[in-house]
Amino acid sequence: MTWEALILLLNSPNARWVLAGSLLLGAGCGLLGTFALLRRRSLMGDVLAHAALPGVALGFWVTGAKSVAPLLVGSLVTGLLGAAAVDGITRHSRIKEETAQALVLSVSYGMGVVLLTVLARTGLGGQSGLNRFLIGQAASLVRSDVLVIGGAALAVTLGVLLFFKELKLLAFDPEFGAGLGLPMALMDRLLMGLVVAAVAVGLQAVGVVLVAALLITPAAAARFWTERLERMAILSAAFGGLAGVAGALISLSRPQLPTGPLVVLVATGLLLISMAFGSSRGLVVQRVRQAGIRRRGLAGGTPVRWEGEAS
Amino acid sequence: MAAATGTVDLAVQTRGLAVAYRKEPVLEGIDLDLPRGTLVGLVGPNGAGKSTLLKALLGLVPLRSGWVRLLGQRGAEARRRVGYVPQRESVDWDFPATVLDVVLMGRYGRIGLFRRPSRHDREAAWQALEQVGMAPYAHRQISQLSGGQQQRVFLARALAQDAALYLMDEPLAGVDAATETAIITLLQELRAAGKTVLVVHHDLNTVEAFFDWLVLLHRRVVAAGPTAEVFTPKHLQAAYGGRLLSLPAPVGSEASAPSGVRL
Repeated sequence: MTWEALILLLNSPNARWVLAGSLLLGAGCGLLGTFALLRRRSLMGDVLAHAALPGVALGFWVTGAKSVAPLLVGSLVTGLLGAAAVDGITRHSRIKEETAQALVLSVSYGMGVVLLTVLARTGLGGQSGLNRFLIGQAASLVRSDVLVIGGAALAVTLGVLLFFKELKLLAFDPEFGAGLGLPMALMDRLLMGLVVAAVAVGLQAVGVVLVAALLITPAAAARFWTERLERMAILSAAFGGLAGVAGALISLSRPQLPTGPLVVLVATGLLLISMAFGSSRGLVVQRVRQAGIRRRGLAGGTPVRWEGEAS
Repeated sequence: MAAATGTVDLAVQTRGLAVAYRKEPVLEGIDLDLPRGTLVGLVGPNGAGKSTLLKALLGLVPLRSGWVRLLGQRGAEARRRVGYVPQRESVDWDFPATVLDVVLMGRYGRIGLFRRPSRHDREAAWQALEQVGMAPYAHRQISQLSGGQQQRVFLARALAQDAALYLMDEPLAGVDAATETAIITLLQELRAAGKTVLVVHHDLNTVEAFFDWLVLLHRRVVAAGPTAEVFTPKHLQAAYGGRLLSLPAPVGSEASAPSGVRL
């Protein structure tokens, strides 16, 4: 893309709205993703994105409108139902969590695709509608859509910032938190609720299949640069925002390219760079450190001594 | 109100406490009365329900029946004055945090929602780190700590709570002899300051030296009381059954055994 083309693009009000929405969305998802990753709920983002798909179809079907708000409400409802289903199956049956996740993911996706296909056949949506929700098309968003998406992304960000220390405790040691009398079960629900919201918003821009990457990839990349949660959260938000803007920019300038894959490719590029050059856990730094240890003849370190159990 | 005044002196009181996991009973009919200002050992074979009892006291697992009173109170109000030291393997030490970050978590119950730790909270955390000798490591990554250091960080986190009752799950597991002595000295200082400390312990050889009270657990309370009365071959046999291959030699006769041996 030449500079002239870029300036021309930025002169278009709609393009600016799309970029602003992608920035807020990427940053909000990146921030939230830090906690989803550390709480070991990385896969839940993917499950909830698929659980949101039937809701998109239902929202569309009930209102007949393509605007974002009803679709968002629909995806929030079925997303929350999906989260409750995973929780309920794990708690009340002998099925383990990852099996429950796989079940909910595939069933929701099947239902969503059937519903959207039926809608497309009846001429309500047109075939392009289905594609839009599977792989995303941020360029098709209009100003009112972006306002909804940006507002929701800000709400997610605010939720994380308000409960930052409780979410930190939830991710590190929830039993200790509950022992302090803090509502850890409620915090766990809040985290899931925020993920549902982020995913419902995100899939409008990057699609069902890829929204989980928006949540997890920036956080995974940020982990390579720091050993402080606060810095990891800020960095993850920055990576997410950068990926959102870069992906949307490329997609806007080449409208035949879908937004979702571009955003995720940019985020994955950031992840690869971080894995290699991250200042805390990157491969290069680790190699240098190991070489240093070997030179000083201290390889291995001191093992932790364990006492035998009285049994 | 005779019953109510009677409970004020008790740090822990339970009646008919029972816990089950997936309908499998883990604890049954637990009646405990632990007086304040004591250093209590909680001992029993693997699977006896020691950790579960601590969690039941804290309200971390649902009770199937019975009730718990901590420091004369029931429910969340009492829990604020209880410091909990979980087993250190219960968390992922690869978490992005420093030693000071983790110790500050002990203050989270007091800080309240939407607020950040104050200068007073930081001072309490530093003081707790001094108490366990970890102040020089305050800014160290927790992933770089040895097992004994991790254990001391968890102790400091509970100390930062400034609690009246401490529940500790195997704080002496996997620590070296020097750390064990340091931790026991710290627990005795807590007792001297009028606090009550309940410690899950696995080493029968040190029970008599460390604890002035003892609870022998095997799904039920086999025996509870002053260590000299509880730590007898008969009770140990009842708790451990055939699993206890060699009984520790009793120190003197049961009647003359000193209660509350100091190091």
